[in-house]
Amino acid sequence: MTPFTYARAEDAADALRLGQANATAYLGGGTNLVDLIRETVARPNGLVDVTGLSGGIEETEHGGLMIGAAVRNTALAEHMMVRTRYPVLSRAILAGASAQIRNMATVGGNLLQRTRCTYFYDTDGSRCNKRMPGSGCDAIEGFTRGHAILGASTDCVATHPSDMCVALAALDAIVHLHGRGGARTLPFVELHRLPGDRPEFDTVLEPGELITAIELPPMSFAANSTYRKVRDRAGYAFALVSIAAALEIEGGRIKDVRIALGGVAHKPWRASKAEAALRGGPATEDAFRAAAVAEMADAVPLRDNGFKIELTKRTLVAVLGDLAGAAA
Amino acid sequence: MSILINGLAVAPPDDPRVSLLDLLREGLHLSGTKKGCNQGACGACTVLVDGERIVSCLALAVQYDGREVTTIEGLADGDALHPLQQAFIDHDGFQCGYCTPGQICSAIGMAAEAKRGVPSHVSADLAADVTLTREELQERMSGNLCRCGAHNGIIDAIRETLTSQTGAAEMAA
Repeated sequence: MTPFTYARAEDAADALRLGQANATAYLGGGTNLVDLIRETVARPNGLVDVTGLSGGIEETEHGGLMIGAAVRNTALAEHMMVRTRYPVLSRAILAGASAQIRNMATVGGNLLQRTRCTYFYDTDGSRCNKRMPGSGCDAIEGFTRGHAILGASTDCVATHPSDMCVALAALDAIVHLHGRGGARTLPFVELHRLPGDRPEFDTVLEPGELITAIELPPMSFAANSTYRKVRDRAGYAFALVSIAAALEIEGGRIKDVRIALGGVAHKPWRASKAEAALRGGPATEDAFRAAAVAEMADAVPLRDNGFKIELTKRTLVAVLGDLAGAAA
Repeated sequence: MSILINGLAVAPPDDPRVSLLDLLREGLHLSGTKKGCNQGACGACTVLVDGERIVSCLALAVQYDGREVTTIEGLADGDALHPLQQAFIDHDGFQCGYCTPGQICSAIGMAAEAKRGVPSHVSADLAADVTLTREELQERMSGNLCRCGAHNGIIDAIRETLTSQTGAAEMAA
């Protein structure tokens, strides 16, 4: 590990001031960043500890939730309003990592965790455009069981590892940011990027910009929502494919629906095509299947991950079937 | 400020690279907490911070200034074992013993989570009180690996301790 400085930020303004220094990173629970530094994938000169900032969960005046970026994953998953109004979010968090790591990890840090692509981590043996821009990608023709089938590029086929973020993408969450230019908000689905020819950038954040909170807008039908994660073993593994979905049925027809996919792309994948295909239509298995087919029409398999296309379709049909049953 | 470790005030390290795990083992010679994978995947280094279980390998010690840390060495009362330690012996909850300190600290943190109603991945009803079935315990302990394969004995030991009156009281203490 290369040496770095450490400072605790007292508040957001203090964090911003400390965070403007060259090669400084904000530190949450450290569950990903400490590992990245130890593996020399990340080489910050300084860490600014932001775990002392905004750690509350408050109901907004519109009936949504404002979640401080320093809230620990466990605290968010166990919050009774999340469990009852946005169960997809509790379930997504509880499907990720281990209890110990969920106790440490912050909401802001979860958003900014890096891909677990093994080639990204292999500093000694592999070329990786995300780790070293322009060096090439050894994943594309390598072992690609965990890699992307949607929105990938010839420079990067990595997937975003978060479960929580898949739920946030489905829930129309809003990210609150603080940067040199002041405060701003961003739709959550616009926070993360597709790799294109600049895979070194996971997000659209400006240098030194700080995530201060995540806002969940009110969404009454999200009470009928869930998260299903398919993985190589029953516990403590990253998703091969995951689905976050919320469904509202009225008079036998789909009034509203939200769907996001995990494990398939460089960012949490909002399934807008499937949503459009379903909205206003019947809540039948045929309709669920047609929506899944529409969403996956542009999927491009690599050598080892072609199974994900059919797996995503089947999992989506199953999840929508469960939610339709619960809504009936 | 200082880190309170098993009741003893310890100055945080000068070098921010030092993990809480290395501070415990190398700095304080509290070698009960084990280094397994050193990347958060095995749970051998689990300790309790203000009663919550964390993996100490991914914890930078400087971040824990002002916090209270309990390790396996802090559980027994003199020669009197913590009830969960005794239950691990009674149920063959280990073979080589390397994962045991982490398993025991993790189970104590797990019991506190369940008591305050934290659901798990296998909880059918997110809003209901927690009933620690075998399946629930297996899921909630899935962050602690045992390469000897003593998982069944570990779950038996935890179940027995949680269902005995003195054990349950100690687990919630």
